[in-house]
Amino acid sequence: MTNERSDKEQSVEMHGGEAAVIGLPRSTSLEGAGGLWSRLRPVYEGLIHTSLLICASISVLVTVGIVIVLLYESIKFFYDVPVIEFLTGTQWTPLLKPQHFGILPLLCGTMLVAGGSALVAVPIGLGTAIYLSEYASPLFRDIVKPLLEILAGIPSVVYGYLAIVFVSPIIREIFPSAGVFNAASACVVVGIMILPMIISLSEDVLQSVPISLRAAASALGANKFEVTVRVVLPAAMSGIIASFLLAVSRAIGETMAVTLAAGATPKLTLNPLESIQTMTAYIVQVSLGDTPAGTIEYRTIFAVGLALFLTTMTMNLIAQYILSRVGERYE
Amino acid sequence: MSTKLDIYTTKRRGRVLNGLFTAACFLATITCVLVLLGLIWNIINQGQDWLDWDFIKHLPSRFPEKAGIKTALWGSIWLIGLTALFSVPLGVGAAVYLEEYAPRTRWRKLIQLNIANLAGVPSIVYGILGLGLFVRALAFERSVLSGALTLTLVVLPIIILASQEALRAVPDSIRRSAYALGATRWQTVWHQVLPASLPGIMTGVILSLSRALGEAAPLLVVGAMAYVPFVPEKLSDEFTALPIQIFNWTSRPQEEFHHLAAAGILVLLVVLVSMNAVAVFVRHRYGKKIRW
Repeated sequence: MTNERSDKEQSVEMHGGEAAVIGLPRSTSLEGAGGLWSRLRPVYEGLIHTSLLICASISVLVTVGIVIVLLYESIKFFYDVPVIEFLTGTQWTPLLKPQHFGILPLLCGTMLVAGGSALVAVPIGLGTAIYLSEYASPLFRDIVKPLLEILAGIPSVVYGYLAIVFVSPIIREIFPSAGVFNAASACVVVGIMILPMIISLSEDVLQSVPISLRAAASALGANKFEVTVRVVLPAAMSGIIASFLLAVSRAIGETMAVTLAAGATPKLTLNPLESIQTMTAYIVQVSLGDTPAGTIEYRTIFAVGLALFLTTMTMNLIAQYILSRVGERYE
Repeated sequence: MSTKLDIYTTKRRGRVLNGLFTAACFLATITCVLVLLGLIWNIINQGQDWLDWDFIKHLPSRFPEKAGIKTALWGSIWLIGLTALFSVPLGVGAAVYLEEYAPRTRWRKLIQLNIANLAGVPSIVYGILGLGLFVRALAFERSVLSGALTLTLVVLPIIILASQEALRAVPDSIRRSAYALGATRWQTVWHQVLPASLPGIMTGVILSLSRALGEAAPLLVVGAMAYVPFVPEKLSDEFTALPIQIFNWTSRPQEEFHHLAAAGILVLLVVLVSMNAVAVFVRHRYGKKIRW
């Protein structure tokens, strides 16, 4: 692949400059103007090159923009609230007096939802991926995969609705002590939300394990279960873990479902039946109110956003790194 | 599929374990499908009685019987139109640059990694960026323009990645033959590579726009209103959108509003499913014409 690419680069270097001089169908059809056009062509090509470069640069500028905007307001925030208090405080009540700015309750809520949804999604997702990749008939796959793609396309606000109208009543039926807003219903719907991601990524990784490994194990007398669990799964493990990381990172950043389902009670608890608040839900809560710009309440969302951005970015980077090495080992 | 080769011998040993494992994996798959069907059935059940023309045509209201989604629907149409206008040229342009122009250096790898990570940034962070940049710094206020620009940032990485994939699928022989005939780089891209990759690019664009249509979080942060009694008429107008309206109705305690939310979700899902159907159609109809 890389060799082909560099070949192409070379051929482009060779032809790029000359083509303009040789002249093209368009210039031969317009006599006289042809000379002008072939002189203008390098300028035209250059303009296009530059504008495409600008398009690509914008994607980099977005990252820079995110970092600048988050840092700019966060630094002002940390001018008033010491970083230590922000990171270690156990109370989060920026909208009430007395104000406390300890992010731990929000972090705890976020991790509770992320962990709980992983508990829901990982076993089901991995099982489905294994079935689709190793066991299912092509016809079954062709039916199930598009169905799961529908699951992936459902907007997150819809999952919030389902948590309140559908999941929460069931949970309250089983555990009467649960509140209307509880972390468990958020875990269930966010778990369903990240399922398609785990399935499709893990299935890709399982498929990338070469058939020769399966055949070799089978030739040594292993049955299908042994081949799958002792050969294919270990071979794909790093990629599967990367898919879990991406899914959990998605669960951490999930907003509408947790805002609706989990309520707005920043609390340092691991009890999934209680109402909690996540980092994202807090940002929504402030956005819904009328907090004037420039106040410390307004700046909290940038500080929380920064924490959120750093968490998900780190997880994504690790996952990307692992995924980029998947498959390399067998080539 | 390669793994479907029948390389396995059936033996006595471990047959029970094998059977149990297969059953467990199958159960997981069936659970996924049943959950999907259950969710959709639940929404249809809750919302179908409230879904009629009045619901589409009415303005939002405090009274559930009179409430409709007119402003939300028009708000969403405005947002999607503007988002497409901003994000498609930018995204496809960036993809063309990265695939066809950029020298394969470390810089390009870095940009590539950056875009892949941007696709994983939570959409609410884009909302915060939009709030800081468009609403405050550029003073577009809580307008349709701010909302659309924010959504553009959300979908841009997805469009770039999908378009790159489509461009990469065009074989190099096409480019070489164009260059051999004396075409410049842009002529090669414009007349050969882009038309060949168009079905893939369009599929990516439609899918990312359908994602933008369902986004609520960044719009809430940018300041979409829950109650907007008029349809936006210019870029600086306040706005609401379908997901915002659904969020608003869902967060109310009264049962009637939950039915309204379900009806709103049905409208949203119908639009999303039709967009996906178009994407599938494009992929099949125009993807097949090209035989290399």
